[in-house]
Amino acid sequence: MSKNWSERGAGTPPAPDPADEDSVIGQVEIFISNILRFGVLISAAVIALGLVLLVVTHHSGYGQDLTGSVQEIIAFRGGAAGLFPTSLKEVWTGVMAFRPYSIIALGLLLLILTPVIRVATSVLAFLYERDYLYVGITLFVLLVLIFGFVMGKTGE
Amino acid sequence: MSVPFFLTVTFFSSVVAGIVGALLGLGGGIIVVPVLTLLLGVNIHYAIGASIVSVIATSSGAAAAYVRDRITNIRIGMLLEMATTTGAISGAFLAGLISPRWLYIIFALMLGYSALAMFQKRHQELPTGVVTDPFTAKFRLDGSYYDLALQKQVDYKTTGVALAFPMMYVAGVLSGLLGIGSGLFKVLGMDIIMRLPMKVSTATSNFMIGVTAAASAGLYFMRGDIHPFIAAPVALGILLGAHLGTRVMAHIKSTTLRLIFLPVLLISALQMLLKGIGW
Repeated sequence: MSKNWSERGAGTPPAPDPADEDSVIGQVEIFISNILRFGVLISAAVIALGLVLLVVTHHSGYGQDLTGSVQEIIAFRGGAAGLFPTSLKEVWTGVMAFRPYSIIALGLLLLILTPVIRVATSVLAFLYERDYLYVGITLFVLLVLIFGFVMGKTGE
Repeated sequence: MSVPFFLTVTFFSSVVAGIVGALLGLGGGIIVVPVLTLLLGVNIHYAIGASIVSVIATSSGAAAAYVRDRITNIRIGMLLEMATTTGAISGAFLAGLISPRWLYIIFALMLGYSALAMFQKRHQELPTGVVTDPFTAKFRLDGSYYDLALQKQVDYKTTGVALAFPMMYVAGVLSGLLGIGSGLFKVLGMDIIMRLPMKVSTATSNFMIGVTAAASAGLYFMRGDIHPFIAAPVALGILLGAHLGTRVMAHIKSTTLRLIFLPVLLISALQMLLKGIGW
């Protein structure tokens, strides 16, 4: 008995069938799950790489020497003031120059992207199930998310 | 304080935060922010930036397992996220225009009240006598999951979406304004108003908080509130913790979840109250 992906969370299935992976719909859930896992692993690897570089070289890549006290390193400066990247462009140029802070920032950005990717794949999944009500709902959420990113880019 | 000390303490407290966060559908910021600000002397702006990261890390770190285990009700999550993400954008806009003090006090009271409600339900394993209202029927929110601790399939009904929706909007505003995931309010809304089984509430909240936080994370990044030196060990610790938390979650009973939830609720209420009166 195969159940629609969109109905997996609804209705009254008679018996538990945790090994439903054979059905195509079970595949969709596993697909989403794997994308998430993959995205998380990649972002973790990049963050870890940046952190290792930082600890080993004692440099942030932005002129800060990290051998001293932590108080200096984490002292608050409004708007970062060139101490770490705050825009996509800065992250990219920093990564190209192997700056540890930029590599960490890249990993963090990838992490921030994972929920967005998840919403986007849900749109596709609902589309596949022809659940147009939820295609609309999910698209709305996706658009709000994209609006949030765009606003962040141009706003401040 | 040396660099290795800071990184180690941050990492390990984030692991704990990730475990608790994944279990309860919260963002882990509840543990991370106090540790960073009170223990390690981090400025509140950077702590909030790290909190936003920790919310997303908890969500995505645990999500893979919960989706696969089919406990998350994606429909409920998406529907409510319409309200939360809109709220988050509003909140990010409003930051600077509204004094957070009053919000802290109001929500401290709400949390206190919820702690009471949660305490009254502490022996309830699964909800009973729930009747689907026409609104929730239209959106097909009823569901089912297999509870490993109870060793049986649990069918459940949903109700009260009309009331939960505005609550989620407010939770979203809080999120954008204060840099939190608002997981607490999501779980409470689903548990008390929509009367979902506890595990469904926490797993669905876990899914939702990541989406909500992502809505305003870009803004925090651009503002320079996400400091790589601080956010990196937090992110890594939380990811590990959340992963461990999902494994625990499968075998834990809903009543146990409630028991863990209660002290967290009370501590949060206290934290908010203190912030509200300006401590």
